[in-house]
Amino acid sequence: MTSTAAPTVAPAPKAPLFGDEEKRIILDPLLDQNPITLQVLGICSALAVTTRLDVSIVMGISVIAVMAMANVAISLLRNLIPSKIRIIVQLVVVSGAVIIVDQVLRAYAFDLAKQLGVFISLIITNCIVMGRLEAFAMQNPPWRSLLDGIGNGLGYAWIICVVGAVREIFGSGNLFGIQIIPQAMYDAGYVNNGLMVLAPGAFILLGVIVWVLRWLRGYVEN
Amino acid sequence: MISETILTSFDCASLNWALSAVPQDGSPEEGVSLLGIALRAIFVENILLAFFLGMCSYLAICKRVDSSVGLGIAVIFVLGLTVPLNWVIQTYILAPGALSWAGMPNSDLSYLQFLTFIASIAAAVQVVEMAVDKFSPKLYAALGIFLPLIAVNCAILGSSMFMVERDYTFTQSVVYGLSSGTGWLLAIVSMAAIRWKLRTAHIPGPLKGLGITFITTGLIAMAFMTFSGI
Repeated sequence: MTSTAAPTVAPAPKAPLFGDEEKRIILDPLLDQNPITLQVLGICSALAVTTRLDVSIVMGISVIAVMAMANVAISLLRNLIPSKIRIIVQLVVVSGAVIIVDQVLRAYAFDLAKQLGVFISLIITNCIVMGRLEAFAMQNPPWRSLLDGIGNGLGYAWIICVVGAVREIFGSGNLFGIQIIPQAMYDAGYVNNGLMVLAPGAFILLGVIVWVLRWLRGYVEN
Repeated sequence: MISETILTSFDCASLNWALSAVPQDGSPEEGVSLLGIALRAIFVENILLAFFLGMCSYLAICKRVDSSVGLGIAVIFVLGLTVPLNWVIQTYILAPGALSWAGMPNSDLSYLQFLTFIASIAAAVQVVEMAVDKFSPKLYAALGIFLPLIAVNCAILGSSMFMVERDYTFTQSVVYGLSSGTGWLLAIVSMAAIRWKLRTAHIPGPLKGLGITFITTGLIAMAFMTFSGI
C-alpha cells in the first residue's frame, strides 16, 4: 500500500446525483490515477490470470463487483468502525464479497471458475481493494464510494484485459479461443512466442505497459 | 518446438491446478517426497516469480536489502505457522464431512474457506506480533513493522489455498509453508540487490521505478525457469 493519492472531495450538501465530481471519481482511475500503473496497487492477480482474454475479463468483472460491494459496505459502516480493528473489519467485509462472487461464478461459469482457481480468493488480499477502502471509502459517503469502487475496478480491468489479449494473441495465436493468426503465417514459418504464456513474459509486458502509460502522461518516479 | 512443450507444461502446472485430481506424471500424492516439495516451492514454482503472489509488498519494500531480509524472514515465519494452522482448520472443520468428529458427518462448510483462512491469518499475525514483542523486543524491533503488512500479503493466503488444492498432508504442509516463504525471501532479496545497483543506471524517465522493476523481475523469473529441470 504505497502512494494512494486519494482524491480529496469537498463536502457538497446539494450535489447532483451524477455531477462533475462524480464523473471525475469514476473516470480518473481509468488513466490519470490508474490503480496498476500509477498507484502501484493490485499487481498480484494482474499477472497470474492473464494468459487468456476470457479469463482476464471474468477476473476484471469479479474485481469490479467485489470493489463496488466492499466500498459501499465499508462506507456505510465507516463511522461505526473503531480505527484499531479497521483492517480486520475490512478483511471480513471483503472476504464476504469475494465469497458471494465465487459462489456466483461457480453457479454460472463453472469452467472459468475452475481455471481462475485460487486467484478468485486472492482478490481478498488484492491491494487495490484494501487500498481504496482505506483511502476512499473510510472518508466518503456510499454513493461516491460505489463510483470510486467501480472506477478503480475498471481501471484495473482494462489493463489486465490488454495484457490478456496480447498474451493470448502472441502466446497461442488465438483470441477467445478462436485462431486469429492466419494459418498461412504458420505455414510460412511463424511460431507462437512461448515466452508470452510464461511468467517472465507477463512481467516484461506489464513493465512495457507501465512505461508507455507513464510516458503518455509524462509521469516520472522521483 | 521447445517453446510448445514448455507452454503446455506451464499451462498444466499453473492454471489447471484445480484439475490436479488427475495424477500428474502418474505419481500418487504420497509418493511426493518432502525434499521434492521443498525444491519445487523454492525454485521451480517460486511463489513470487511463477505465481506472482506477494507482489505488492515486494514492490514496496524491495528497494533496500536489509529491510527485504527482515520482511522475508517474517514471511517465512508466518507461512510456517499459518499453512499448517489452515491445514488443521480445513481438515477438521471446513472440508466436506470434516465435522464427523462432532457428530455432523454431512456438513460442508467449504464456502466459508476464504473467510476463515483470512481471519486465522490475521489472528495468527496479531498473536505472533504480540508474542514477539513480549518475549524478544530485539526481534520485534527488527520484524515488528513488517508483521502488519504480512496479513494482507497475497503470498500467505495463496500458499494456504495451494496447500488445500494440492491435498498436502500435515507434514507436507509444514514443509511447503516454510519453503515457499524461503522462495519468496530469495526473490525479494535478489531483487533488492539489483535495484540497489539500478539506482545509478541511466534509465529513461517514465521507465524508472515500477517499469524497470517489472522488466528486471521478468529476467529473474526467466533465470528461475531454468530450475524446472530439477
